[in-house]
Amino acid sequence: MQITSPAFKRNAHAALGDAELQKALGNVRSGFIDKRLKAVEALPEFDRLRDSARAIKNHALDNLDLYLEAYEEKVRDAGGHVHWAETAADARRIVLDICRAAGAKTVTKGKSMITEEIALNGFLEENGIRPVETDLGEYIIQLRGEHPSHIIAPAVHLTKDQVEADFRRVHGHLPADRDLSEHEALLYEARRVLRPAYFDADVGITGANFLVAETGTSIIVTNEGNGDLTQILPKVHVVVASIEKIVPTLEDAAQILRVLARSATGQEMSVYTTLSTGPRRPGDPDGPEQYHVVLIDNGRSAMLGTEFQDMLRCIRCGACMNHCPVYHAVGGHAYGWVYPGPMGAVLTPSLIGVDKGGHLPNASTFCGRCESVCPMKIPLPKMMRHWREREFERGLNPAVQRSGLKLWAFFARRPRLYGAVTGLVAPLLSAFGRRKGRFTKLPLAGGWTEFRDLPAPQGRTFMQQVARDRRAR
Amino acid sequence: MTGRDAILAKVRQSLGAGDDPARRQAVAERLKAAPQGVIPARGQLPRAERVALFRSMAEKLLASVERVAGYDEVPGRVAAYLRERNLPASVRMGADARLEAMPWAEQKTLELRRGASDGDDAVGVSHAGGGIAETGTLLLTSGPDNPTSINFLTDHHIVVVNAADIEGDLESALAKVRDRYGKGAMPRTVNLISGPSRSGDIEQKLILGAHGPRALHILVVDDQADG
Repeated sequence: MQITSPAFKRNAHAALGDAELQKALGNVRSGFIDKRLKAVEALPEFDRLRDSARAIKNHALDNLDLYLEAYEEKVRDAGGHVHWAETAADARRIVLDICRAAGAKTVTKGKSMITEEIALNGFLEENGIRPVETDLGEYIIQLRGEHPSHIIAPAVHLTKDQVEADFRRVHGHLPADRDLSEHEALLYEARRVLRPAYFDADVGITGANFLVAETGTSIIVTNEGNGDLTQILPKVHVVVASIEKIVPTLEDAAQILRVLARSATGQEMSVYTTLSTGPRRPGDPDGPEQYHVVLIDNGRSAMLGTEFQDMLRCIRCGACMNHCPVYHAVGGHAYGWVYPGPMGAVLTPSLIGVDKGGHLPNASTFCGRCESVCPMKIPLPKMMRHWREREFERGLNPAVQRSGLKLWAFFARRPRLYGAVTGLVAPLLSAFGRRKGRFTKLPLAGGWTEFRDLPAPQGRTFMQQVARDRRAR
Repeated sequence: MTGRDAILAKVRQSLGAGDDPARRQAVAERLKAAPQGVIPARGQLPRAERVALFRSMAEKLLASVERVAGYDEVPGRVAAYLRERNLPASVRMGADARLEAMPWAEQKTLELRRGASDGDDAVGVSHAGGGIAETGTLLLTSGPDNPTSINFLTDHHIVVVNAADIEGDLESALAKVRDRYGKGAMPRTVNLISGPSRSGDIEQKLILGAHGPRALHILVVDDQADG
């Protein structure tokens, strides 16, 4: 997909002025947060489970090479095939080869962010294979030629009326006078339209929430059941997963499952948690005849051993974006690539480069809500700060910002000078701003005061007040 | 160099890990021992309370639950379920021995369709491998006994579960699968099912029956209630 992360500021500006989007984003602000809180409060062990989940993933990442080998062996034992893809291009080619070998014309797809990351759909289409997204949200955005704006609720940026208009446009074979005014009617129409696609498809592609080294099992978590129909009915099931999805054992997967659904949608368990191991067994009346796993690196191995390794614990629950004031304001598309919100602000520069994704870690108030709700306790603000540092080191920020920061750093490293200068400026600003109590315009800070006022200082600087209090004591 | 070798080499390089026997041994031991983590106290109950918790959690997920005193009662309950909802007198069912042994012949008008679902079944009947009380979840395993397609292609899924197979927590239920299939081996599919299919993808409004069953009906067979 086209990367528009470098245009984050323009994207965000457009998003803020988009009335339909702002209406849809209201659902994020009201829905996810309350549901998660209820689920968390209902499980006294939740915080201990977070620690347990974090420890499991840290252990798995520290030994990732060994667990990948163990996993591969178990998949083979169960009659499955493992393919290794260093890059997105490698992964696309491997999936295409599997589809071609199966003589596939149509493939159904369960919801998968990694297939967005490797831009699989467009590639399959270019090669004459029709991908059909089956998750309701993914189906809707596929009809619109869009990308997900949220990692678990891909169409969260849309209103019901927009979906109705799309269904009327695309489902032209259905009676024009049908009633689509209710949410139910839209869902059942999608269900009816998609049902035959599962049977027509030659290959079903899903992602994976977990890969279990102990058993060679891939696990997906869904609410609709589309991921299951996608993998049961075609003769070939392809699992596309990045290498950090590995957990050692079934017990480990169980621990993380407990924090996943609660953090994502506030459910105790998603409706369908499906463990798949190899192809159908002799005597099985259904299930795929072939089972392939495409293991994708695409930049992950380079994050290991760095200050960004913790990001690889991410289980894609979406809690960070659900609680992010910046995401609430601009939605997911403004972030300009596959992963939005705080997790995207850290992951995107890792995967596409800080030169392209550098705006994203800057689009944060560092309020810390993302880290406080992250089930894997990923220090997201700290890692955004790392990106800001790298951006500065590499000279990627604008010149004015750089000289501003350098000027500030000059004073900050000289506390006496800093105290003397601020001690002069604060009373001055205080005197000028006394009447209104705030400044609506300031020289050299026009960009800042264009959108907010600067409160006028009360008179003395903080350090001066501390010094006075000390003397008084 | 193959993709496999390249990825593994990069992982090892980034981790600064050589071929360290101690690491290898730690991983092998963990895979073997499969240590348990934090188990919520919620499901750690004596049998009767555990079954009651399973029921209340499943009902919260909008499944319907009936308790029956023995397997002999199941066909009658299935037939009644169909009648009450004006559904056609036909169910899809696998070859599960416990289902086979039930007195289906007593339900004279009920048609039994065998094998995997072809997508035209209003109602399917399965026997679960177990239940999980902490979340009201059913565990089903694939195979000729209980074809996976029945779990997803039917509009109404009726699942029989023996109260004795209802575990307190997810780990215990998965350990049962491990015991049955052997350490490190699994059936093709294990489905953990928590309520009927649903979607909240349009404006986060929750609607049942997205792609899978619109209704999930659970028959808990409790033939040794005081056991």
